[in-house]
Amino acid sequence: MTEEIRVVDRELGELALNMGPQHPSTHGVLHLKVHLRGETVVKAIPGIGYLHRGVEKLSENLAYEQLAPIFERNDYLGPTANSLGYVVAVERLGGFEVPRRGAWLRTLVAELQRIASHLVWLGTLGLDLGGALGGGTTLYMYCFREREKILDYMEELTGTRFHTNFNLIGGARYDITPELAAKAVDLANQMEACLGEMRNMTSATAMFRGRVEGIGVIPRDLALSVGVTGPVLRASGVKFDVRKDAPYDAYPDLQFDIPTRTEGDALARFEVRMDEIAESAKLVRQLVEGLPDGPIFTRKPIKNPKGLKVKPNEVYAAVESPRGELGFYIVADGTFKPYRLKINAPSFCNLQVIPHIAPGLLLADVIATLGSLDPVLGDVDR
Amino acid sequence: MPEANVQEALMLRHQATETALGVELPPAELLEALRALRDAHGYRFYIVTTGIDGTEGIEIVHGLRNLETGDDFFVKVLLPKDDPELDSAAFLFAGAEWHEREILDLFGVRFRSHPDPRRILMPDEYEGHPLLKDFPMDTPWGYRPAAPESETDG
Amino acid sequence: MNWLLTLLLSIAVLGVAMTCVAYLTWLERKIAARMQNRIGPFWVGYPHGWLQPLADVAKLIIKEDITPKNADRVLFNLAPVMMVVPSLIGFAFIPFAAGLAVVDHPYSFLLFLAFASLALLGVFAAGWSSNNKYALISSLRMVAMAVSYEIPLLLSLLVPAVLVGSFRLTEIVEAQQGMPFILYPGIGQVAFVVFFIAMLAELNKAPFDLVEAESELVAAYNVEYTGMKFALFYAGEYAHTFAVCGLAATVFLGGYNGPAFLPGAVWLLLKMVGIFVLILWIRWSFMRVRIDQALMINWKILFPIALLNLVAAAWWVVRSGGAG
Repeated sequence: MTEEIRVVDRELGELALNMGPQHPSTHGVLHLKVHLRGETVVKAIPGIGYLHRGVEKLSENLAYEQLAPIFERNDYLGPTANSLGYVVAVERLGGFEVPRRGAWLRTLVAELQRIASHLVWLGTLGLDLGGALGGGTTLYMYCFREREKILDYMEELTGTRFHTNFNLIGGARYDITPELAAKAVDLANQMEACLGEMRNMTSATAMFRGRVEGIGVIPRDLALSVGVTGPVLRASGVKFDVRKDAPYDAYPDLQFDIPTRTEGDALARFEVRMDEIAESAKLVRQLVEGLPDGPIFTRKPIKNPKGLKVKPNEVYAAVESPRGELGFYIVADGTFKPYRLKINAPSFCNLQVIPHIAPGLLLADVIATLGSLDPVLGDVDR
Repeated sequence: MPEANVQEALMLRHQATETALGVELPPAELLEALRALRDAHGYRFYIVTTGIDGTEGIEIVHGLRNLETGDDFFVKVLLPKDDPELDSAAFLFAGAEWHEREILDLFGVRFRSHPDPRRILMPDEYEGHPLLKDFPMDTPWGYRPAAPESETDG
Repeated sequence: MNWLLTLLLSIAVLGVAMTCVAYLTWLERKIAARMQNRIGPFWVGYPHGWLQPLADVAKLIIKEDITPKNADRVLFNLAPVMMVVPSLIGFAFIPFAAGLAVVDHPYSFLLFLAFASLALLGVFAAGWSSNNKYALISSLRMVAMAVSYEIPLLLSLLVPAVLVGSFRLTEIVEAQQGMPFILYPGIGQVAFVVFFIAMLAELNKAPFDLVEAESELVAAYNVEYTGMKFALFYAGEYAHTFAVCGLAATVFLGGYNGPAFLPGAVWLLLKMVGIFVLILWIRWSFMRVRIDQALMINWKILFPIALLNLVAAAWWVVRSGGAG
């Protein structure tokens, strides 16, 4: 066995630090190879693949009907959006119709999950910036206290707190009673009210602003070239949201704004997500108010998952998950299984921007930037 | 002329039904078409690059978006199954780097002049390309080491 | 017989101090939990969890003691001791009754600060000898911060010394029988605020806890420590904090002075715990600053203010002929 010569690509005076895969702040199993000169980052290369579960290969072996719950485990912090993306793509692929009530209920659950996901992001951002033995934990506990209200509501509605398996190809699975609908409005009001307290702990303090203002700026051209999506893109001055520009489900009938900022730094991404929580609360109120009557699922129930066949076709459909644009590229070949299913994960696209913006930051800023990008490694690796 | 192809395809697509996604091109014209789309037609937002192990060959699809019109456009090339090779779009769109690495990892397509041609999702020493249709599915799951085990280990 | 008295006093003071330190960990966990809408230690010593510190010590004692292979053995094992012992020595200088301290030295005030700085050497040694990049980065940060923040700390602490005209802690406390120095108009408050901020930085408490930034450096300088050595660091940190709280109570809040319905030592303890709670309150509310921001705060804000404050105090003394 010959000795391999390892070429170490760092210069004299640089410290090569491995952040992860086991690390409290890399939001999962992300292996960030950082070359430091003092405290300044010279190079930062993310290494992924530690959570790769082969979902795309799996989806070539399962029927269309069986696949929707699998994708909820992709981006495990915004589960409904994942299965919603898949379901919307298959509906466009096969031309299935969704009854209006089913579509509006799916949107309601998606918006509630968006608030829950943004609360997790805010709590973990507090942990990253403030530390597990410090002010960050206080912010984290407050965010999770609010999120528990949403999870309890999901439990009343569907039976499970989180991965609810709510979306079906052609409608929704569970219906909503008037009491639960009123409770949803109550919940939306509470979420909007808690934003003030969160801002008091974060953007109203000089310490937080000092950590995120001007940090990790993504210029508009770089954002377009790399293909970042979601709040990261909107914070860099690009007003693009799948819910407005390629709407699906109930979104064509709803009124809401797209919060946008132009600075492109971590503070801008923070502000965009906080505004999005407020917008989602508004959307929840509109959805409950205008919920149409009727069935939630009109496709003829099939006894066998192999019964749902889709004619040969290709489609790319995207939804707006809390992390960005989640796209499904599905190739159907006429059988009951997809021929090829590609998931365009928002965290995968967003994480790519790290090598471009990390040089020049301090080590603490890398953590703040990573937190503001909000990657979920299940989404990155699939 | 690739430019004329793209123009023609765009016009056709505007009149086509919802299911037409884009245009299929010969592999040699891929970069010209992408550059024309980006600079002349305003498709500056990069969406995705994906691979499909089709019956005739490996198809590589690049997706771009025009933010002013909100239009998606997909450019597809067909590569032969044995020794597939393609030019890399990574210097046109920075986001193509990781997507092409994923195709390199899972399909075995080689990208010429790619800035960082390493596997991205599978371990570096892995052998085989999982998303190919003829990937053996009946072997035991798990990590397959690159070098064969010693003969004395049974 | 003086040495016998000193020995007995030191045992008594050490005993009280270590018990307080143990229960300060309990107090911190309870207060932090209540701030975060939780309960805190509950089951061990139901219903308030007051046996938790004993359980923690027992757990840490029975843990495996690991020394990394390439660590500097001598320094690695010596570092916890280097941190704990100077912190405990600090308790010897604090007067707890009229003219009574374990060590009553003409320069006790400066000796206290000298020993407090020694404790930081222990932290640095831990980070350096661990042979771990995270620990190394944390020690670098710590040295930069500690060296910088010593200056406003000293300058602000000099204000009461200037007002009294002596470095002996017993005299400084006696001079506050009428009014504690924190209440001196302008000079006292500014000195206390500067001292408090500099103290937070020296003790590595949030918002200056970037030395042990858990979310970046994964427990930093004590990342390679386990078992009893980690327990020594843990206890040493609290002991150091409590000792510096003692200094603050003595120098700014009047030490053992207080209304006569409680003995002076109890007043001293109450003041020390009060300052400790203030530190906790700030620690569990704020995000941390970056190293360059911390240094900027020191050199551009605290240092000029402390210097001007000292000059003002000196001018006041000259003009009014001394405090009392």
